[in-house]
Amino acid sequence: MNTPLFVNMEETVSIILFGIGFTMLMLHRNLIKKILGMNIMDTAVYLFLAVKGYIRGRMVPIVADGIQDVSAYINPVPSGLVLTGIVVSVSTTALMLALTIRLYERYGSLDLDEILMRAKEEERA
Amino acid sequence: MSLVQNFPFFSIILAMFSGILSSVLDGKKARNVSLAAIVMTTVMSAAVLHFCVRTGQSYTYMMGHFPAPWGNEIRAGVLEGQTAVLFGVVMFLAVVGGMDHTAMDVEESKQNLFYIMIDLMLSSLLALIYTNDLFTAYVFVEINTIAGCGLIMIRQIGRSLSSAIRYMIMSQLGSGLFLIGLSLLYDVTGHLLMSPAKEAVAAIEAAGLYEVPMLVIMAVVSVGLAIKSGLYPFHYWIPDTYGYATPTASAVLSGLVSKGYIFLLIKIFYRVLGRENVIASQIVNVLFVFGLAGMLMGSVHAILERDTRRMIAYSSVAQIGYIYMGIGLGTQAGMVAALFHMFTHSATKALLFISAVGLYEVSGDRKDFRSLQGSGYRNPLAGIGFAVGSLSMVGFPMLSGFISKLLFATSALQSPHKMLPTVIALAISTILNAVYFLRLVITLYTIPEAENAAGKGNDKRQRVFVAAKGQGEASAFPASSRKLRLAIVSFILLNLVLGLCSQPIVNQIGNGLTMFE
Repeated sequence: MNTPLFVNMEETVSIILFGIGFTMLMLHRNLIKKILGMNIMDTAVYLFLAVKGYIRGRMVPIVADGIQDVSAYINPVPSGLVLTGIVVSVSTTALMLALTIRLYERYGSLDLDEILMRAKEEERA
Repeated sequence: MSLVQNFPFFSIILAMFSGILSSVLDGKKARNVSLAAIVMTTVMSAAVLHFCVRTGQSYTYMMGHFPAPWGNEIRAGVLEGQTAVLFGVVMFLAVVGGMDHTAMDVEESKQNLFYIMIDLMLSSLLALIYTNDLFTAYVFVEINTIAGCGLIMIRQIGRSLSSAIRYMIMSQLGSGLFLIGLSLLYDVTGHLLMSPAKEAVAAIEAAGLYEVPMLVIMAVVSVGLAIKSGLYPFHYWIPDTYGYATPTASAVLSGLVSKGYIFLLIKIFYRVLGRENVIASQIVNVLFVFGLAGMLMGSVHAILERDTRRMIAYSSVAQIGYIYMGIGLGTQAGMVAALFHMFTHSATKALLFISAVGLYEVSGDRKDFRSLQGSGYRNPLAGIGFAVGSLSMVGFPMLSGFISKLLFATSALQSPHKMLPTVIALAISTILNAVYFLRLVITLYTIPEAENAAGKGNDKRQRVFVAAKGQGEASAFPASSRKLRLAIVSFILLNLVLGLCSQPIVNQIGNGLTMFE
């Protein structure tokens, strides 16, 4: 039970989730599921960062009770990175969803292969 | 601190704010704001370049109130200055040259959105060039992707929408890998600024710790950025994307966007991971093999293609292969060759896309390259521009493509194990390039047979002109505008400058790379 994979369980989980999301984004034919995959992938990175920034037994890095000692708080940088990353992934998700709506209105399908095929036919016609 | 040292920051902010300003302006004003922003940032970058060449060193610029290991930084040196100036010039000419087509392809009410995307693209490219912070680089990579997607999908036809979603999917795969690579690197080193991260990496390597994580980081970051710049096995989004966007967007995407990622990759190799570590990890060999494959397969696909724009797009795949091959050689000379080829390709590919516009104008907007027969006579300047671009890509002396091929070949001589494959691939790829580019150029200057038989006068050219006038309705443009001509002439001059005055540029690239370390 003391293998590195088990000791660093949170990191292992987040990398597995990253892999699942990545594969979904790459291989799934349905656009909505691709976008879900992208979100799983991004969230896995945030989980990884959050886990890495957490130090057991310390507090959220907000000075509340006048405790100025650095060793009382966890590392605030990863939390900042996660916040920035969430903003980025929200905007890319919004853009991809907007594009998906456009494509669905035009071709009536969410299947990427079918959309590409119909776009080619449309051009030939 | 002198005023010039503020310029990198000013230029990024200026480009970004002109984008924000454009959102409340109409199309024409937004266009002028955008052009003014490009000119001003280019002038500022030139001043930065001059400053760095004069003082002979690079400098870092503190952003905000926190000093080095915590705060955010901008770094400017000779190489950054050079790249920013060249990108600015190419972008300006691409916007000017494609202006009329942009006005036609994009709906009236959405014109300003196109120029917002151009402004955001400019600001993110400048930020990628100048930043000294890894996470800032990630954020601007995403801004770049979103702006690129906007530039593709603003032309609302089915093919450009479907290629935009493909572009987004591939880009997101690349960004995801890049992001996890950065997170791992932050874990291992505890830094996001490039200079302290490099020290930490050096300490880790010296202690022999974290061998597997470091290898994973290098692999993931390289593959992520390679996907985004369209290295061979990840290239399948390129032809549709470049082939169906408006001309300005195609020129900007092929000439600049992919180069921004390559520049970032080189910067990370030199300034974070350390060149020796990257070479020791064999990652460069992988890039080298895929670069070679791209050089050959890109050209083969281009030969099989019938649509001119897609042909030029596949040629981009081959040229990106050249650049990665140069990086893969692993030597300083190889890196210089890769960077010089990056400049060459920016200038030449934009020239090809813009002069193809001039040729389409006089031939009706049909896909097959045979429809361009004789168009070199109907629009002489665009024909010359296209011929110059093609010859430069093939590697004709005096033009910049020749210099980059020469640099690749000479740098290959320095790495004995990779010399033979490099030289052979260069030779084959040059022949393949010649096959499709010269076929195009010959098509431009061939009189269509039907008209040849039907004509009665003696002067062949006269007949073609008359024939062209007869089918004038096929094209929406009476003649190519002055802007397009200006852009083509300037691009040809840029190519000649890169080809004829290459030595100082190459010296400065070497200089800039030394400053990186």
